[in-house]
Amino acid sequence: MSTASATAPKSAKADPFLGLPKETLLKWYDEMLLIRRFEEKAAQLYGMGKIGGFCHLYNGQEAVSTGSVGALQPDDYVITAYRDHGLAISKGLDPKSLMAELLGKYTGSTKGKGGSMHFFDRSKNFLGGHAIVGSHVPIGAGVAFASKYRGEKRVVLCFMGDGATNIGSFYEALNLSSLWKLPIIFIIENNKYSMGTSVERSSSVVDLHKKALSFGMRNGWVDGHDVLAVYAAVSDAVRHARQTYEPSLLEMRTFRYRGHSMSDPVHGHYRTKDEVEQTKKLDPIDIFASLLKKHSVIDDSFLEGSEARIKALVEETVEFAQNSPEPPLSELYTDVYKESEEA
Amino acid sequence: MATVSIREALNQAMDEEMARDERVFLMGEEVANYNGAYKVSQGLLQKYGPRRVVDTPIAEEGFTGIGVGAAMAGLRPVIEVMTFNFSLVAYDQIVNHAAKMYSMSGGHFNAPMVVRGPGGAAHMLAATHSQALEAIYTHIPGLKVVMPSNAKDAKGLLKSSIRDENPVIFIESEMMYGDKGDIPDGEYTIPLGKGQIVREGSDVTIVSWSKILARVSAQAVEKLASEGISAELIDPRTLRPMDWDLIVESVKKTNRLVVVEEGWPFNGVGAQISHEVSHRAFDYLDAPVVRVTQEDVPLPYAHNLEKASLPSVEKVVAAVQNVMYKA
Repeated sequence: MSTASATAPKSAKADPFLGLPKETLLKWYDEMLLIRRFEEKAAQLYGMGKIGGFCHLYNGQEAVSTGSVGALQPDDYVITAYRDHGLAISKGLDPKSLMAELLGKYTGSTKGKGGSMHFFDRSKNFLGGHAIVGSHVPIGAGVAFASKYRGEKRVVLCFMGDGATNIGSFYEALNLSSLWKLPIIFIIENNKYSMGTSVERSSSVVDLHKKALSFGMRNGWVDGHDVLAVYAAVSDAVRHARQTYEPSLLEMRTFRYRGHSMSDPVHGHYRTKDEVEQTKKLDPIDIFASLLKKHSVIDDSFLEGSEARIKALVEETVEFAQNSPEPPLSELYTDVYKESEEA
Repeated sequence: MATVSIREALNQAMDEEMARDERVFLMGEEVANYNGAYKVSQGLLQKYGPRRVVDTPIAEEGFTGIGVGAAMAGLRPVIEVMTFNFSLVAYDQIVNHAAKMYSMSGGHFNAPMVVRGPGGAAHMLAATHSQALEAIYTHIPGLKVVMPSNAKDAKGLLKSSIRDENPVIFIESEMMYGDKGDIPDGEYTIPLGKGQIVREGSDVTIVSWSKILARVSAQAVEKLASEGISAELIDPRTLRPMDWDLIVESVKKTNRLVVVEEGWPFNGVGAQISHEVSHRAFDYLDAPVVRVTQEDVPLPYAHNLEKASLPSVEKVVAAVQNVMYKA
């Protein structure tokens, strides 16, 4: 765990698919494609002015979401930052409710209160969607504290970008989680740039997983383009957390294809077009498809069928969202304070 | 009826709520082994163990965030800040997260937690350790703000705060932990959002809370009485939600209002009270509302400067004479 786990799954000679059933592999492929197509549609709708605010897309990082959440049980928790669409889909939130939320509709995940950066769903143990960089990291630790407090075996996956590893709340959360042995796995989605500032220009240590060493915490880095490697590493950390309540930190090396948000261009001044195009050759969905084909798990007709299914599903989300009502004005003052029983 | 200090009253509130509800836990700096920096948590570690009485490192943002997460996941954290000055380090967690969670998640997750500890000036602690910060918390929708002025209210209000479904900022007075008062025997709570008339009067309404009520305004009322002025003293107890009806009805009776608070004047709680009363009881006012606040400066260390900056009995008496046109 303290060493790089990037190649571990691939070297598992017996079964490149880690003993996972075929249905799971196919489900994962569909899920990654759904995230990709959902985000492409979101970009389109943003361009048309149907989606407001800030909208941070997940294109290129799908393997991190699918592989990580694939290692969980439904009652485990996920909390993340504002780039939350992919993880919400992986955690089982209804894509229709997510598209509706993007359009600011009453049928949205949070009834139009949170928007793109603040997806939530209690029934799915999806705890947001948080838009103050790094601030949700102690909150994730608090959820893990509650799990341990009740003697449960539920674990928390707490996702963040590389930029979040430079703010104080991150360090406080790591210290407290390690000190108190909280069942949480911190997952850094290192897509190399915090907005327009590279890891090299923002962090004194570029191997971000090594930041865990200061807290005596298990850590490692993972090829975030490889859904199976992600799954293997997170599964190991989850197993360890359930057995010992000890946290881990994993650095997923990944890449975002779009700008930081929809408000900025794909590459801008901080990265080259060439870097973006070269990295796209390591596309996580293509890599997974090739592996599945190589081992005759799927053929081209599956891929075509998948594409058609997902396209229809995304269209359905758009139709649902567009046909949904805006929140009634009476919603303005709801959910500010929760009714308390007479003390 | 028993006579206890505010410290003991707060301790009883936490003890009773922890005994009543397994989800309640206390977390903060020095709350466990040390029995509390101000001994408010005395004995709780021995009774409830380190799982429920949790010492933290000096990391307010971190452990307040832990409180937010634990609350979202169904627990009832009581987060002690050693003083409210240090809560500013956790202001992001309180304002951006605890206060927003219920609304921003569309009702999926609330953050039922209490952030409590002492606030206000003590004695010669200088600018960073003497702040009355209630105004910056009352500003925020999603938060409730409670400030008791006596032992009975401290216990009843803290119990209600722990049971509340929302984040509650519970500001105690650093100077008053030893102040004693009578509390009822047995279980009782005091609802949030309900103020009380501390002393009835007919000539002028004085609204004040916490230490400034107990140690300044109450004495000013006595002094005024000896001068033949009958002041009605109101303790809102909860600053958000504010018991507007109680204040407005009192002003309708007395036709004059003085608000006395320890915080600064600019956007202070008294400014909001003044606005609300101007709006709701304009035709009843016989004089402009007058406010007594701390001077508009960071509180200095030197005793004479500190004293000059804070509200005093003399300043309150002068303010009342002002609204009575007797100055």
